[in-house]
Amino acid sequence: MNDVLLFTLLTLGLLGTVSAVILYFVAQKFKVIEDPTIDMVDEVLPKANCGGCGFPGCRNFAEMTVKSAKENQSLEGLNCPVGGNAVMKEVAAILGLEVQEQEPQIAVVRCNGSLANAPAKSTYEGPSTCAFAHNLFAGEGGCPHGCLGLGDCVASCDFDAIEMDPLTGLPVVNDKCVACGACVKACPRGIIELRPKGKKDRRIYVSCINEEKGGVAKKNCSVACIGCSKCFKVCPFDAITMNNNLAYIDPIACKLCRKCVVECPTDAIIELNFPPRKVKVETTESAPPAVAEKSAEKSENSQNDIQA
Amino acid sequence: MNALKTFKIGGVHPEENKLSEHVAIQSLPLPKQVILPLGQNLGAPSKPIVKKGDLVKVGQLIAKGESFISANLHSPVSGKVLKLDDAMDASGYRRPAIFIDVEDDVWEEGIDKSDSIVREITAGKQEIIEKIKAAGIVGLGGATFPTHVKLMIPDGKKAEYLIINGVECEPYLTSDHRLMLEKGEEMLIGIQILMKAMQVDKAIIGIENNKPDAINHLTELSKNYAGINVQPLKVKYPQGGEKQLIKATVNREVPSGKLPIEVGCVVSNVGTAFAVYEAVQKNKPLIDRIVTITGKAVKKPSNFKVRIGTPLLQLIEAADGLPENTGKVINGGPMMGKSLSTVDVPIVKGSSGILLMKQEESHRDTPKVCIRCSKCTVVCPMGLEPFLLSKSAKLGKFDKAENERIMDCIECGSCQFTCPSNLPLLDFIRLGKNKVGQIIRSRK
Repeated sequence: MNDVLLFTLLTLGLLGTVSAVILYFVAQKFKVIEDPTIDMVDEVLPKANCGGCGFPGCRNFAEMTVKSAKENQSLEGLNCPVGGNAVMKEVAAILGLEVQEQEPQIAVVRCNGSLANAPAKSTYEGPSTCAFAHNLFAGEGGCPHGCLGLGDCVASCDFDAIEMDPLTGLPVVNDKCVACGACVKACPRGIIELRPKGKKDRRIYVSCINEEKGGVAKKNCSVACIGCSKCFKVCPFDAITMNNNLAYIDPIACKLCRKCVVECPTDAIIELNFPPRKVKVETTESAPPAVAEKSAEKSENSQNDIQA
Repeated sequence: MNALKTFKIGGVHPEENKLSEHVAIQSLPLPKQVILPLGQNLGAPSKPIVKKGDLVKVGQLIAKGESFISANLHSPVSGKVLKLDDAMDASGYRRPAIFIDVEDDVWEEGIDKSDSIVREITAGKQEIIEKIKAAGIVGLGGATFPTHVKLMIPDGKKAEYLIINGVECEPYLTSDHRLMLEKGEEMLIGIQILMKAMQVDKAIIGIENNKPDAINHLTELSKNYAGINVQPLKVKYPQGGEKQLIKATVNREVPSGKLPIEVGCVVSNVGTAFAVYEAVQKNKPLIDRIVTITGKAVKKPSNFKVRIGTPLLQLIEAADGLPENTGKVINGGPMMGKSLSTVDVPIVKGSSGILLMKQEESHRDTPKVCIRCSKCTVVCPMGLEPFLLSKSAKLGKFDKAENERIMDCIECGSCQFTCPSNLPLLDFIRLGKNKVGQIIRSRK
């Protein structure tokens, strides 16, 4: 009995010792020498592994920052959108560098073809994925550029920052958005864009990407950009460009004066988080109230946008 | 009695519903305006050579196929070119098209409009191919692959068989069936022309056994034509698929990712054979085709000879109007056809039938979970595993889908038809094919 026990213990012990010695030498031989700063940088990253920085995960981003710091002495082109400036500052401090402050961004859904604005002309019963529906047809509303409303963007979001509004059938981005850009990639129509958050979260953008001729676009959707160039003409800062029957507001050049919003005949330009416009009580009768109405509508719109 | 020939793996047998099989082909009156999309063929769209305001005659070339895989487009009517603009296609996307306002019916000179049959084939091999190319003929079974490209057999390959597809395995559709009955002789001459162009001496017309009249008629006629045989086939969907038909008629298997020429076969549709006859013997380009308009609620299911570009609505009116309880309009048959998001579309070269489905039969059942019954695998005529392909595409595992040979799928829809859980198998496979196709192209 004792013999058996002794034999077992000896064999296992010997086996363990031999393996340990082998493992020790193997470990020495294949040792990976890593810069300890990578670990330090990795430590301060948000660990969301969202890929918003353009790298597969936070660890990879940490490696890239260290590499870039060593080789170029700068962190240019590297940014963690989730952590924002605070995290980037920490990273820079670890690496002994300065970092430029980046303006925080947010995903913006550039389509307002809701169930009411672009009523359904056909019914879709296939699988709930925009990628498939986009290959299949123009969409229930008929606009070949508009939101299909099947929620590929929602499924792609790791931060619960985008959800479908059942009333409008459009996705709504909330404050949790970190601008990782997953939804931008997921949308087969390229409707979502990352834009600067803006001062006090105030933003103005053209909520349409339809490049068809005005008449055609308007047939499908009452709030489509018809390419009339009115906003382009009224903009005092040259922030608006016209391309393929479509207006685009450059968020950097835009000074948020809101002149274009009033000018747009189809209400395709949306303002968010602005205080309601003052109603000018002047002698002219027709024009100002119309403006007031419009802005009231707008602010309602924007509130909905935020709440939902 | 010997069992009828058919393909070996998979296949389903949906209800046939050939409502219009005894209705003779009628000519649809000329439309007021035609819309001719430029991308009516597989491959590159044709390039327009007319401009706004031009007067055109029937049969005049209006758009040229310039790339290797592309086809010419001819004016099916005479009149004035209204505009070159984007027109809605069947999926609701807008694509470039030529609009022509119809005036009179003046034909281009040199086109023989009569019904007389020209039997003697005078054209040589090269001339036939040139004529087919000039006439803008594409595969009229639905795939719209330019026929002249098919006839140019690559060096080192040799065609042994010309297989003519008279299977019409799609339920409801009867345009090929009627064509075989009414234009049998012309079609056989067309087949001879194709045989001459490819220098093959054996042609097999595959016809499913649910069309005994067509089988008898063509067997009788083909006695006068050396080398053409009629092969009755068991009724099984998707026998009209190229690869399935080759397996059924000559018992050869096309290797994965290869074309039928690999096993010495070229497959053509009966409609194409007829169009070839018209082009070579009568100088008539492809300007009309036979279209079935059918459906359980349609008052007069019929087969019409329709000029390309005719508005779909006119065809529906000719069949006594859109039934009130129409739930879905399908371009093609119920298995492979695509439902239209709008009826404001023209008939194109690839439209073989229009199916109007009733409200109650047009909805999908609620999908449930996969119960691993393997029915989809059993019915897949390509021997694939649809549940696996569908799942990999759904989860975005496109490398896995590619390894499982998603690109071999012929999109026949047998899997989705059979699935007891009503899963949208084919939908996801189509999505997967699209993505995998992109990945493969980007590798080059």
